[in-house]
Amino acid sequence: MDVVLDNLDLFVGGLRTTVSLTLLSYAAAFVIGIVVAAFRVSPVPPLRGAGALFVGTIRNTPLAVLMVLFFFGLPDAGVIYSSFTSAVIVLAAYTGSFIAETVRAGVNTVAVGQGEAARALGLTFPQTLRIVVLPQALRAVVAPLGSLFIALIKNSSLAAIISVPELAGTAEQLISDTAQPLPIFIGVAVAYLVLTLPAGALVNALERRVAIVR
Amino acid sequence: MKKALCAVLIGVSLIAAGCGSDDDDATTTATTVADKAPKFAAGSTMAKIQENGKLVVGTKFNQLGSGLKDPTTGDLEGFDIEIAKLVAAELFGVSPSKAEDKIEFKETPTPVREFSIQKGDVDIVIATYTINDTRKAFVDFAGPYVVDGQTVMVAADNTTIKTLEDLNGKKVCTARGSTTPKNLTDKKITANITLFDTYPECATALRQGRVEAVVTDRGILLGLVEQGARAFKLVDIDVSEEPLGIGLKKGDDAFRDFLNDRLEEIFESGEWATAFAGTIGALGVETPVPPTVNRYAGTGAATSVATTGTTAATTTSTVATATSR
Repeated sequence: MDVVLDNLDLFVGGLRTTVSLTLLSYAAAFVIGIVVAAFRVSPVPPLRGAGALFVGTIRNTPLAVLMVLFFFGLPDAGVIYSSFTSAVIVLAAYTGSFIAETVRAGVNTVAVGQGEAARALGLTFPQTLRIVVLPQALRAVVAPLGSLFIALIKNSSLAAIISVPELAGTAEQLISDTAQPLPIFIGVAVAYLVLTLPAGALVNALERRVAIVR
Repeated sequence: MKKALCAVLIGVSLIAAGCGSDDDDATTTATTVADKAPKFAAGSTMAKIQENGKLVVGTKFNQLGSGLKDPTTGDLEGFDIEIAKLVAAELFGVSPSKAEDKIEFKETPTPVREFSIQKGDVDIVIATYTINDTRKAFVDFAGPYVVDGQTVMVAADNTTIKTLEDLNGKKVCTARGSTTPKNLTDKKITANITLFDTYPECATALRQGRVEAVVTDRGILLGLVEQGARAFKLVDIDVSEEPLGIGLKKGDDAFRDFLNDRLEEIFESGEWATAFAGTIGALGVETPVPPTVNRYAGTGAATSVATTGTTAATTTSTVATATSR
């Protein structure tokens, strides 16, 4: 494992990029997910259609394809983002489409009477969603949202294909410098576990904390 | 010496394996004369490959000049492919033009080459594979069959990069797994390295202005310039010397001797020069003098990938400064 210890600075650098990539994209994905889910349950047909279109296209396209299309394709249309920004946008949109569906499932767990009562009190649709439905819906889907976070940590490794120097890509270069794939891959696996295990524990704790006692 | 002696003894040329140390080799070899395909010592890699009926060659599918897969026909073309055919021709006793049927090509991009050889997925790797000491800890190399050098490709209208030092602080692209970063560090150049999986992506990044230069082997860059519709040009900078070899399983010295003998044979016969002229030469490179095969002393079994690999320091190597991609 000497090769890992000798190059610890590279690993830490890659890990740092992976962490910032993940946190930024998840924050953006959460906003995207909530908005798209709101669209999908809204009473306005064009909004519902737009939400369905977003989820339908982004969720059903392989992440690697989205990355390459966004990074190499858009410049030909005159739009150029750095590799890191591109990766954040693509990861956020991709994860956002999954979050949207998860949140929508959460909304469906909220009893119909809750929405009816809110409307009876004179709340508008956005108010109903924000004050009554979403707080209950989100509590129901903490676990799947946590799974999506963990999936995002691992998905961020695909940013290497558009040259973001994150953990997996950095390790791959190190392998060819040293020709010692096994210790390096083990190091990479450990580094991802260092991120994902605490993330999982955090999600469990959060779930217990916000669980609705029925 | 052994080879020459053996050839005299049994009147069959160039069956290196048959000229090894055991006695039964000679008898096995002697029976070959009637057959079209040469016979090799039982249990040798050459004999096993013959038995399988196919030489499995790892190569790159995306490099014009060395190895490029035609998307419409599925055929591979390039200098590495020609070398593979010339090797297979000798193994199976067929003419090089028909050797294609005896080869199964597998794609081995830069990062997986050592793995593919160690796992036995391929018999040999001919994939613009630079011979260096790090890699010799894991695989052995026959050859070099050509000496390439790393150089610099820039956008056609670039006027700022003229010397190696001009790369300081510039955005330089290369493929992940390449030795370019190390080569630049060795030359005290501090560039801002961008890594993609393959070189065509580097070319796209260069076209889009995301990077300012692409640094790798001249043969690869010439292919990209050719495909780039006048968008790119090479700058006359020598970044490193890259002796390209045929990768094979470490410790298989009989097979390595066979490959080295075959390379020397095609250097001599002119088949090598024809292959070069028809592939890399077609991109505007003059056919050079064939390199000298480096029969370095073997260092035994492969360092397991699980260990630290520091025991690897191989003997020899006239191999100069190089590293590779």
